[in-house]
Order: sequence, then structure tokens, then C-alpha cells
Amino acid sequence: MAKIISKINSRSPEFIENAEHMQLQVDDLKQKLNQIKQGGGERSRERHLSRGKLLPRDRVNELLDPGAPFLELSQLAAYKVYEDDVPAAGIITGIGRVGGQECVIVANDATVKGGTYYPLTVKKHLRAQTIAQENNLPCIYLVDSGGANLPNQDDVFPDKEHFGRIFFNQATMSAKAIPQIAVVMGSCTAGGAYVPAMADESIIVKEQGTIFLAGPPLVKAATGEVVSAEDLGGADVHCRTSGVADHYAQNDNHALELARTAVANLNRVKPVQMNIKPVIEPEYPVEDIYGIIPKDTKQPFDIREIIARIVDGSEFDEFKALYGTTLVCGFARIFGYPVGIIANNGILFGESAQKGAHFIELCAQRKIPLVFLQNITGFMVGQQYESGGIAKHGAKMVTAVATANVPKFTLLIGGSFGAGNYGMCGRAYDPRFLFMWPNARISVMGGEQAAGVLAQVKRDQKDKRGETWSAEDEQSFKQPIIDTYEHQGHPYYASARLWDDGVIDPADTRQVLGLAISASLNQPIEDTKFGIFRM
Amino acid sequence: MQHSSTMFTKILIANRGEIACRVIKTARKMGISTVAVYSDADANALHVNMADEAVYLGPSPSRESYLLSEKVIDAAKRTGAQAIHPGYGFLSENADFCRLCEQESIVFIGPPVGAIEAMGSKSAAKTIMEKAQVPLVPGYHGDDQTQSVIKQAADDMGYPVLLKATAGGGGKGMRQVWSEAEFAEGLAAAKREAKSSFGDDTMLVEKYLTQPRHVEIQVFCDNHENAVYLFERDCSVQRRHQKVIEEAPAFNLSQKLREEMGEAAIKSAKAIGYRGAGTVEFLLDVDGSFYFMEMNTRLQVEHPVTELISGQDLVEWQLRVAAGETLPKTQDQLEIRGHAFEARIYAEDANNDFLPATGNLRFLRTPQESKYVRVDTGVRQGDEVSVYYDPMIAKLIVWDENRDKALQRLTKALTEYRINGVVTNLDFLYNLATCQAFIDENIDTGFIEKHHDEIFHNTEQALTNELPMAALYLVLSLAERSKSFAKDTTDPHSPWNHTNAWRLNEAHIHKLTLAHNDIHYPVVVERKRMGNRRYYLITVEHQTFQGRTLDCQGTIVGDEISTSIDGYRSQATISREGDNISLYRSNGVFNFTYIRPDCGLNNADDNANGLIAPMNGTMVSVLVSQGDKVIKDQPLMIMEAMKMEHTIKAPTDGTIDTVYYQTGDMVDGGAELLAFTPKEQD
Repeated sequence: MAKIISKINSRSPEFIENAEHMQLQVDDLKQKLNQIKQGGGERSRERHLSRGKLLPRDRVNELLDPGAPFLELSQLAAYKVYEDDVPAAGIITGIGRVGGQECVIVANDATVKGGTYYPLTVKKHLRAQTIAQENNLPCIYLVDSGGANLPNQDDVFPDKEHFGRIFFNQATMSAKAIPQIAVVMGSCTAGGAYVPAMADESIIVKEQGTIFLAGPPLVKAATGEVVSAEDLGGADVHCRTSGVADHYAQNDNHALELARTAVANLNRVKPVQMNIKPVIEPEYPVEDIYGIIPKDTKQPFDIREIIARIVDGSEFDEFKALYGTTLVCGFARIFGYPVGIIANNGILFGESAQKGAHFIELCAQRKIPLVFLQNITGFMVGQQYESGGIAKHGAKMVTAVATANVPKFTLLIGGSFGAGNYGMCGRAYDPRFLFMWPNARISVMGGEQAAGVLAQVKRDQKDKRGETWSAEDEQSFKQPIIDTYEHQGHPYYASARLWDDGVIDPADTRQVLGLAISASLNQPIEDTKFGIFRM
Repeated sequence: MQHSSTMFTKILIANRGEIACRVIKTARKMGISTVAVYSDADANALHVNMADEAVYLGPSPSRESYLLSEKVIDAAKRTGAQAIHPGYGFLSENADFCRLCEQESIVFIGPPVGAIEAMGSKSAAKTIMEKAQVPLVPGYHGDDQTQSVIKQAADDMGYPVLLKATAGGGGKGMRQVWSEAEFAEGLAAAKREAKSSFGDDTMLVEKYLTQPRHVEIQVFCDNHENAVYLFERDCSVQRRHQKVIEEAPAFNLSQKLREEMGEAAIKSAKAIGYRGAGTVEFLLDVDGSFYFMEMNTRLQVEHPVTELISGQDLVEWQLRVAAGETLPKTQDQLEIRGHAFEARIYAEDANNDFLPATGNLRFLRTPQESKYVRVDTGVRQGDEVSVYYDPMIAKLIVWDENRDKALQRLTKALTEYRINGVVTNLDFLYNLATCQAFIDENIDTGFIEKHHDEIFHNTEQALTNELPMAALYLVLSLAERSKSFAKDTTDPHSPWNHTNAWRLNEAHIHKLTLAHNDIHYPVVVERKRMGNRRYYLITVEHQTFQGRTLDCQGTIVGDEISTSIDGYRSQATISREGDNISLYRSNGVFNFTYIRPDCGLNNADDNANGLIAPMNGTMVSVLVSQGDKVIKDQPLMIMEAMKMEHTIKAPTDGTIDTVYYQTGDMVDGGAELLAFTPKEQD
């Protein structure tokens, strides 16, 4: 394979300045996440521990194979969304190895609002299930939740993608032989009772776990019956009498051990059917990415410098290197897995879009996973391009992206604006995973452009009415728009709303992609049937 | 020299275990057929398999098998064995058996009856030696066993004194008494032990030397008035008067003293008309004076060290002498070459007062044997170490040109010796052999007590390197395991196979808990990378470590780990059995247990109201009865197992509810001995 020769000078002042700038953003991300990781604050953590329960992150650590990686998802969920502080949306989700098998783990954090489901808690839970479903990964639910967050019931309960969908997913995944294992480590009330009840196998911790459709207060209100939570739905009731739970655990550790045993008995073999090679580390340090990404987002950079720091041995066989050069396409390997890389290296033209569509066809035919490195301001505009059919060329690429049946992985490494987002496999195009770098921005167009468009419309109206508009007035009209776009296009804003699966340190890109690709291979790659390409 | 046609063609070995195997080896070399005897427990034992023929004696207890003179004689007659080798223990120093052999015209490969009888009683032996002008430790060996008389003698010679059963041996029925106040209690215990071990509680009392060495002389006599000594063995390293590591020649012993002791030993042997292999034990005081202790009229357990430094096969000598030949060598022809050590490997828990252990030898790997390393054993992998016999598993004997080199051979061979399934004293032996005082020849019979802390690593400070090393080993070995697991999967290069504790946007941390001497140490191992340098930051959350974070690196190759801990580089050989990890270091072995998360399955309350037998054995004495109020550590019962007494003490203040056993009962290990209600805490 062809090796990428880096032209980066890591001693140049630009590089150093860029690196410092990226470092600040990464530090800020990690600092915020460190806070989020604490969950519901010191007092609720202590209360949780005093009941003999493990903290949710420790539960996850104990569940995983010793030393196994954990690809956590949606860490910033609900960040500054609600008036209440709901760290990580009160639920930890991710992929980790249990007994040598990649599993999706969903763990309620009872230290955050009693583990109740806010709208974004539901969304995060459903997203984890979607990942499980698309990638054929067993699900392990570590349940410790008071159920729906009642003040927010209208955004949690009734709609299609609301609470009920959790159980729909459990049923439909189970039907597809995607194992569903529930570990009841705390409350499991009302709708929540269906998580263990719908599971293939369920485990409950004595004197901790409870499962009931209505808790003691509701029972008393409804029928006057007075009963303790333990007698109503504790481990003894459900393991000995009702049969709602299958395994009786002495404590959290024991429950997790039983969950590991349940996974060990799944009898699954990962159906990896591709030409895998031993792993070669990239020739260039991944940390260099900090210095390569320009501090000034308007400055261009060669995307091959990034590819060289992500792929095995920095080896990259480029496709149509001389055609449609603003889109770089080629074959490489990540952790030994073959991948097709599609990366922006400027604005999309008709040729670039056609090249992209062609390359996607190649990968779909060969069942090679696709990695999109997205840094796109959009498709080229203007009369020349419209009449050149840029819309239909763009449509070809969008059709190819939408219908290609190989696993797709999208990384937002810079701008993600407009239709470029679609062509480059944005969230709407069902990439298996989508991650953002902290420097990335996402919106329908850039803040300046949006403000410019809106200002132009306003100016036209004023012109019609014969009014004048001073430059200062125009600027004060535009600034709030620019600010709003900047705010809403920020990765934290995006990630808080689950427009992505997480914001990652650029230095972790290779690791994250490797884990994601490997996890995706639990689902056999199917044949692709493309839609109509407008010619 | 007599004609070789008089040599036996078939002998019977009236013993078991390693010594039976040892005798069979030499017999085979000499073209002599062998007959083994065995009990139920030994039906598939190594010595039975090795021998040409084997005769069943009876049930497992030695009283019902190996100690039955008639059955042994009968076996010899049935198989046509011309001679009986008694090994050591069992019938080897039994004059009646010796006499019986004579009556049945079977050669007893050992001394004449008279010699056994003369040395069988310690006080009688001393009288003979006194007459032969062999130096004796001041003491009372009188027949008057009145307590006041014995005590008066002890008071006269001054404390400390040593009480011994006259019929005793091997440390049974023996007690040190350090002051007048302890005398009565010590005498009672010694008498009780003597009674149960030998059926005779006659005691003698001797001056107790505070820093004596135990140096013994190997002698050999034939029927033709010849006698030689094959030099000495230093057996000073003892615990509870049982030898642990023996060496030959004795360190720091002048040629002159060697000759004096040798001559004295021959004088002792001649005084009783000795024949065959014998050992004269002396106490050697710091000033070079030595005193006769006793003579063992048999081949000693530790005879191999003499064999290795003299180049002679002592069993062959025994057979030749018994067959009437003259001694193979004269004194002038014998010389010392190099230095040898013997370490006795026992199934016992050194950390629990050397409590004998039993069980199945699930895994057994001996060091490679060579001209430097010899293993005398009677067991194979899968064999049982039973409650019925001595818990010795093997003897590891090493030789080299000098003491330092031989000691290195010993420590290396000990790290290579792997036994799983039964608790052994291997680590204890390793700690002894690597103890600085041992290396420095700063040894007397009190060695183990004096250097207890060093040998047992009681000091937490000793862990500052070893604990991080063990933690690092665990983390690094995860990767090895994962690699071998991944190899056979459909996804062998997956980053999911990594054991780097990788987390998104978080530190990569392994948390684990290691226990050492029952103290739990939570350890945090953070994986770091700086450019191409991978390293670990290790924090031990325990006051000993004062919150320090250590910068560590390490690599594992085979069972060796090399580490750099805060810049200090060192190595260890690692052995892991399940969650138990042993680090063999140049300064001893360090054992850690990887503590798994508590799954709440070991209900600690289960045994709180009862007391459990520590091992199989016999109830010797029940000191309490139902309804008794007892205080913490009060002795409740005395059990005997493996020829040693074990006192069961009250765990706390409380009341005895029921006593389930009576004196004389056989008790299974793990059986509940009595019901006990702890006193309510205020």
C-alpha cells in the first residue's frame, strides 16, 4: 500500500499555536466530563453507597472483563438542557466486553434524580438500543430507576420514540436473537418493571432490587393495601414466587457476576468475514492532529495529514486522486480492518460528489466499512454549478450514502454545514456511530452566512419600503444570529441533544474508530441495493 | 573384602515414601530385587510401583500396617527376602523387631539389637557415653521421676533447661523451660506428649545451651572392627526441634575440631558395639566445646548431604555391611568435596504455626535434576498427602563447590519447585535460604525464632517495591491472557482484546486489591503514555505508602518480571496459582492474594458459634465441659495430628454450649468441635 508522506513541521509556530488551541478545547471537554462523571453530587453518592450499592460507573467496571475498554456513548447528554442539572442524562451507556463478547451496557444512575427518565434519558437509552440492534450486540441493563420523570411526562411517555419504545426494542431485539439481560439493582417501578420482565434473563439483588407496576404508595392509594416495597416486589418475591426474575443475587458484585455468567452462556460467535491483517501503528503520532487542525477554521489543511495519523502504517491507497480533488477517497486499514475513507478536502463540486458515489459503490460491493471524515461547508453554489447539475450529482452521493448497506462511521472534524452534512453521512443517514471533535461545528449553514442571508432578506424588505439600514444596525441585527448559530452549532450543544454519539479527543480518533468498527462486525454485512441514481 | 556372592538377591523395605524409593534405587543399581510393603492409603504409592514385588500389610494407620512386626516379617518370608531395610522411623529403631528378624534368620539392615537397646533410652545412652568418656551436657538422667526431684535438678543446673522424654526422638515429648515458674506446666505437657507418642513418660532434664549448634557425625561400622566417620552435618536450623535445612560440611568448623568430633563419635559407636550406619548428635557450643546428645541407630533423613560431599552411597554401604562385607573405604580414603544442602519440603502451613496440611498434589513440578540438584521423593503429581503419615513431600538436595554456590543452587531450585493443591513450606524454605543471617552463617538452633520477622516479612516497609510489582504483574499478565484468548477467535486483532482499561475522555485505570499477611491494599494502576513511552502510575491506598504515586514500568518474559519502580530496577520470578501470586526475590518470597469483589457468598457468620477442627487428628484432651464460661484464648481442647499437639482456644469470651468430642475420638478436619456462644458485647 502507499504510504502517506507527512509534510507537517511540528516545530512551526502555526503548529504550536494550533496545538495549544486544540489542547485548551480538549482540556475543557475533559474537565466538563470529569464533573459529569461524578453523577448526582457528593451527598447522593454517599447515600447510594451507604445502602451497600455500587456507583453506576463501578457497576460497569465490575461487569466488564478485567481491563477491557469501554466505549462510552453520549457522555454530554442533557448538558445544560434542563433547568435541573442532569449529568449524562442520568444514565450511562456504552459498549464493552463481557466474557469476550461486545455488549451494549445501559446503566441507570440513581444518584441523578433517582435515575428517573428525562426526555433525553429516554433518547439516550433508545440510542444505545439502536446501536445494539444495528450492530447485533447483546444488551445488559443495570436497572436502578424510578421510571419516567413525572414533571416531564408529556415529553417522555406518549410519542413513538418515548418510554414505551424501550420495551418495543427489547421485544424486537429478542425476536432477532439479540440477547436482553436485565440486572435489577434498585427500583424498577411502573413502566420500568418491564425492563426485567421483557428481558431474556433477569437478575435481582436481594434487599436492593424491587420490581412492581405500582409502588407501595400507589397501591395504598388505589386499594388501601399496606405493603412494604420488599414484600411487594423484592428479590424473594420475584425469584421464589412470581418468576419475574430468574437469578437471585446477594449483592451488586454477585449480580454482576451472574450477568457475566449469563453472557458466557449466550453461545455467540462473532461473524467476522473480511480480510483482516495484523495491526500496524500509524507512522506519525496521533497527537500531531492537535497542531494540524488550524486554529482559524477558515484556513484549509490537507486531510491526508489526518488520515496518515489514523490508519494502519499511515498507508492509504487513493481512488481517483486526480479527479474531484476536493473529496479524498481511498482504501486503508484501521486496526487491521479494511475501510474505505471518504474525506472532505474543500467544498463539494459535481465531480467530487460523483467520485464519492462511485467509491461508495465500490465499498458496498466489496463489503468494506466506510469512514467519513466530515469537514464541509457545503456544495458549491452559483449559476454555473446549478446548470452543471450539482443538485443531481449531490443527489447521487446522497443516494449512495443512504442506501449503502455497509457499516458507516462518521466523524465531524470541522464544519458540518448544509447538504454537505447529508452527502457526508450526517446523523440522518444512519451511520452506525457518529462522533465530533471539540473544534467541530454543525448547523444548516455557517453563522455568518445565515446572518448574511437573513440580513439580505431584511434589507430587501427595507428597500421596498424605502427605508434605510445603517451598517451598525445591520451588524447589531446579525450578531445575535451569529451568536445563536455559534452556540447551537457547538459540539456540546449538539452532543447534549444526542445529535451525535459523543465528543472525542482527536487523539482518541483511531482508538474510537477501531472499537466502533470492530463492534459493528457483530452484524454480518449484507448486500446493498442502491436506489435510482439520477444520471 | 568378602566375596560378592554373599550379597543379598532380594530385600524387603519395611517403609514407605521417599526413603523406600531411595533404598529401592540403590538396590536396583546393585542388582538386588526389592519387595515393598504397603497400607491401604499407599496402594498406588510410588514406592509400591517402583519395587519388584509388593505386599499388602493392612489399613492406613501405621499401627495397623507399617508398625506390625509380624506382618512385615511374614511378608519377607513369603517373598523370600533375605534382609529387611527398615528405613527411618517405623520399625527402624525397634529392638523387638530387630530381635524378631534375628529369630527368623532375616538380616536386619541396621545395628545389632544391643546397640538399639543401648541408645533407645536417652538416659541409659548417656550413662554409657559417660563411661566411654564422651562429653555430656550437664543434666539429670535419673530413674527417680518424682516431680520435685526433677525440678530440684533443674533448679541446680540453672535455667533454661530442656525436658526430654527418655524414650523420645524427633522433638516429641520435649520442652524448653525458661524459668522455675514454668516448670510444672512444661513437665506436664512434655509427659503427656511422651505418653501419647511413646507410651512412656519418663523424663530427663538437661542444661539448655542458649546458642548451640546441632552438629552430627555420620559414622559407619562393619562386623570386622572397622569404623569410620563420614564427616559432619550441621542441622542447626530447626523449628520445634525438627530439622528444616541441613548442610554438610558444617560451616566454620576447624579440621581439628572435625577430627575430635569424629573420633568422639567413633568412640560412642564402639562403646555400644555398633554396626552399620549411625549418627552421633552433638551440641556444639560457641566456644568450640561439644556435648553428646544422642545417637540415632539408623540412616538419617538428611543422609544425602553426606553422600553428596563424600561421593559415597550410604545405602550401598549399609547393604554391604549387612551382607558381612568390610567397609568400602577407610578413613584415609574419605574426603570432603564441595558443600551440600538439604531442604525438607513439607505439607504444612508455615504461617500458621507449621500446622500440617493434607490434600491432593494437584500440580507437582520438581527442579531439573543434575549433578548439582537431587530430589528424593516418594510422591507424584495427583498423589494424596494423607493424615496418616509424616507430611514430608520431598527432600531437595543441592551440591556445589562451595557454600555460596550451593546456596545459590538451593534458592534457584526452590523457585523452580512448584506444588499446588497442598500448602507447603516451600516459601518458608526460600525465605530461610535467602535470609542474610543464613547466608552469613550466623546460625544456631534458635535461628528461626531470632529471624522470624525477616523470614516471615512482617514489616510492611518490605512491600514498597513488591506490592507495586505484584500489581504491575497482574495488569501486565491480563494482556498475556487476553492475547492467547484472542488468538483463537474470529477477530484476533480487535482493539476490544486490549486490557488497557481504555475509557473515552477519562484516565485509563485498573483498580485492584491485593492482600499480604491478611492486610488488604487497594491499588490504583493508571496506564499512561508519553509519546512512545508507556508507563503506569501506581498508587497504593494505604498509610504505609503515604499517598505516594510510583512511576512504574515492567515487562514479563515467561515467569520472570522485570520492573522499574520510581527508577529502581529489579526482577522477580513469579508463580501464580489462581488468585495467589508469589514473587521470588533475592531477599525472599512475597505472597499476595488478589482479592476478588465480595459477592456476599462467604457468610462469615457461619462459624461464629462453633469451633472447627483445623485438620484430621485425634482428640487428646477436652479441657472444658458444657456450660463452662471461658475467656478469650483459654485452651478448650487439645488435638493431636501428624504427631503434634494443637490447642484449640476460645476465640472470645463466651460459654460452652455442647462438646461434640471426647478424649480419644478421631476427628475429621473441618468438623465442628463444640458449640460456643460468644459473650454479648456491651
